[in-house]
Amino acid sequence: MDFELNEEQRLLQESVGRMLAGAYDPDRRKRYASEPGGFSRAIWHTYAELGLLGLPFEEKHGGIGGGAVETMIVMESFGRVLALDPYLASVVLSGGFIRLGGGDVVQSTILPRIASGEMLMAFAHAERQSRYDLADIAMTARKDGSHVVLDGEKTLVLGGDSADQLIVSARLSGARRDSSGIGLFLVGAAADGVTRRGYPTIDGRRAAEIAFSGVRVAADAVIGEPGNAFPLIEHIADHAIAALCAEAVGAMQALHDNTVEYLKTRKQFGVPIGNFQVLQHRAAEMLIALEQARSMALFAAMMADDADPAARRQAMSAAKVQIGRSGRFIGQQAIQLHGGIGMTMDYSAGHYFKRLTAIDTMFGDADHHLARLARSGGLAAA
Amino acid sequence: MDLRFTPEEIAFRDEARAFMQKALPAPIRDKMIEGRRLVKDDLVTWQRILNAKGWAVPHWPVQWGGAGWSAVELYLFRDEMQQAPAPEPLPFGVNMVGPVIIAFGNDAQKKRFLPRIANLDDWWCQGFSEPEAGSDLAAVKTTARRGGDHYIVNGQKTWTTLAQYADWIFCLVRTDPSAKKQQGISFLLIDMKTPGVTVRPIQTFDGGHEINEVFFDDVRVPAENLVGEENKGWDYAKFLLGNERSGIARIGISKARLRRLKELAALATSGDKPLIADERFRMKIAAIEVELKALEMTQLRVLSRERNGHDSKPDPASSILKLKGSELQQAISELLLEVAGPYALPDQMPHDEAERWNEPPVGPEWAATLAPHYFNWRKASIYGGSNEIQKNIIAKAILGL
Repeated sequence: MDFELNEEQRLLQESVGRMLAGAYDPDRRKRYASEPGGFSRAIWHTYAELGLLGLPFEEKHGGIGGGAVETMIVMESFGRVLALDPYLASVVLSGGFIRLGGGDVVQSTILPRIASGEMLMAFAHAERQSRYDLADIAMTARKDGSHVVLDGEKTLVLGGDSADQLIVSARLSGARRDSSGIGLFLVGAAADGVTRRGYPTIDGRRAAEIAFSGVRVAADAVIGEPGNAFPLIEHIADHAIAALCAEAVGAMQALHDNTVEYLKTRKQFGVPIGNFQVLQHRAAEMLIALEQARSMALFAAMMADDADPAARRQAMSAAKVQIGRSGRFIGQQAIQLHGGIGMTMDYSAGHYFKRLTAIDTMFGDADHHLARLARSGGLAAA
Repeated sequence: MDLRFTPEEIAFRDEARAFMQKALPAPIRDKMIEGRRLVKDDLVTWQRILNAKGWAVPHWPVQWGGAGWSAVELYLFRDEMQQAPAPEPLPFGVNMVGPVIIAFGNDAQKKRFLPRIANLDDWWCQGFSEPEAGSDLAAVKTTARRGGDHYIVNGQKTWTTLAQYADWIFCLVRTDPSAKKQQGISFLLIDMKTPGVTVRPIQTFDGGHEINEVFFDDVRVPAENLVGEENKGWDYAKFLLGNERSGIARIGISKARLRRLKELAALATSGDKPLIADERFRMKIAAIEVELKALEMTQLRVLSRERNGHDSKPDPASSILKLKGSELQQAISELLLEVAGPYALPDQMPHDEAERWNEPPVGPEWAATLAPHYFNWRKASIYGGSNEIQKNIIAKAILGL
């Protein structure tokens, strides 16, 4: 057991951190957010040059063969600067589906194009009724000769308005909440019958509502096992959870650092407000929440590809509970400790708080995962 | 970064687990599981079993009986011992005064005291706290006046855990009354049988007798019982307090209590169902399991940092471990109380050291210890530096506030 980064991982952390520190500050972030798609294409290409967009892919697909720990390092760095880019949607989610569920041809055509930055992708899965139930899929996939015809509507597609290609879940058979009968399909965002409506999200990013009406998909555009894609969906959702946990830790760290710095510099009653014990203790409680969250982000990275899917899912639930709770506490207290300035749009704290709040709503919030963990009998002791 | 235990570490854990299962006497294990009070003989018996195996003081230097284990192995050993659940070795000897004597004592003191600590031939207690010196430890008033080859000690210590069994007490005493607060304190070893030493019990509100007052009335202590240099005692005390970082979170104990909690929640019924089938109750348990897993990972991160030798000073992160660890111990004791439900009410835990209550139990026998256990564990956020003191340490030493 060793929690230290190895040489390559340290280099990755340093180079990504340095690049992001140069690329992002609050003013620039605001400017990027107003570009088409809500992020900077120039920075996206810098990511490609650094190899980040192919981080988890094999070398033959233009990648560098990184694992969950490498993704954690990159996501944590994104969290520190509140990066806006659709990395989760394109690389972690879509790239993950193609990497683990795509055929040879699909892999060799698409992965290099994600890695080079020329193709953006998104995962269109959640539906109006599904809340946090990954199996709740009403959208239909009907076989028609050698093709499949998709009909239905997807909601809250992260990065969905800028994506060139979509990975879409739809039901080949079974009842609405059955875990069997679900398939995954590769669909061009501009294909006939696809309509989408992009919109901003509370964290300064973008998502889309996407409707599919009689969309014809060729047989070779299937990802995973048709009708039995649910285990893959769970696995990739777990990758997303591990990645989001790391991003949240980066955001919590930056927000906590910022708050402690503020306590040292803001003076009231003639002294820095950090002299007051009630505020010192709050900052200490925030640090504990942060360290507990960091521990669970590490646990999530460690378990993201565990051979036992049930243990993997339990671990992700546990991590998401901790991240949700720590993020809410640190976010709320950071605003409180800043006082009035913390309430302003021009100050950074609120933006961190909003991202942490957004992360809790993705792939199941703390309550959802706590209930899930409780139903499954709890977290097995080592 | 490799976040899993190595095959060697897993093999070590399995060996430790097998040993605990085989060597821990069943009557002691049953008392531990049921939360009944241990007596002196239980701890002595277990310590001597460990010593015979060579595992009594694994964290000490090999020369004095240490096992030469890595920080991770030490952690795994303690975790298995706590999960067994076996009694923890009396900390005042093996974790407190022992390491101080090793680090600052002279050869004669090492030869005289260390083997007897390892075998629990001498039962030690800790003479730090005084009526006017609790969280403000450096406010000690007990004096030791040098007269020839002796010190004459006068004063009072309090909250002295298990002093009723003790052969020896290590004390912070004021040897230079004119010096500033932290200076002028010395670290003195005192034989409890010396004339002038009086132990008076303090009963805690759970009914137990763990703590005591210890009075010193013109107690003559040979000067050879001074550890290190005169007036340097505060340095040794800080070393002692910062020393016990691995295992301070006592995660293994919480794991064992959680297991017990789930077992009892399956026995208790609510409506027509076992309590464990109630989703709200299960969510409470799951919330604790999440925090405990996070704390375990935090503990392992601290160990990893230690092993990679970033510094040899106590890690301020140990304050996080103490604080969160005690909160979780208390949270589990609360849920155990809730499992007992109405049968938390009968007061049937013996208040003395009698092994069992002589009357037939009211309600399920397992419920009898749960309210006293809950009451007793309120101590965890007070001792070892109260949780508020830990927050002060975090704010100052980690955050620089």
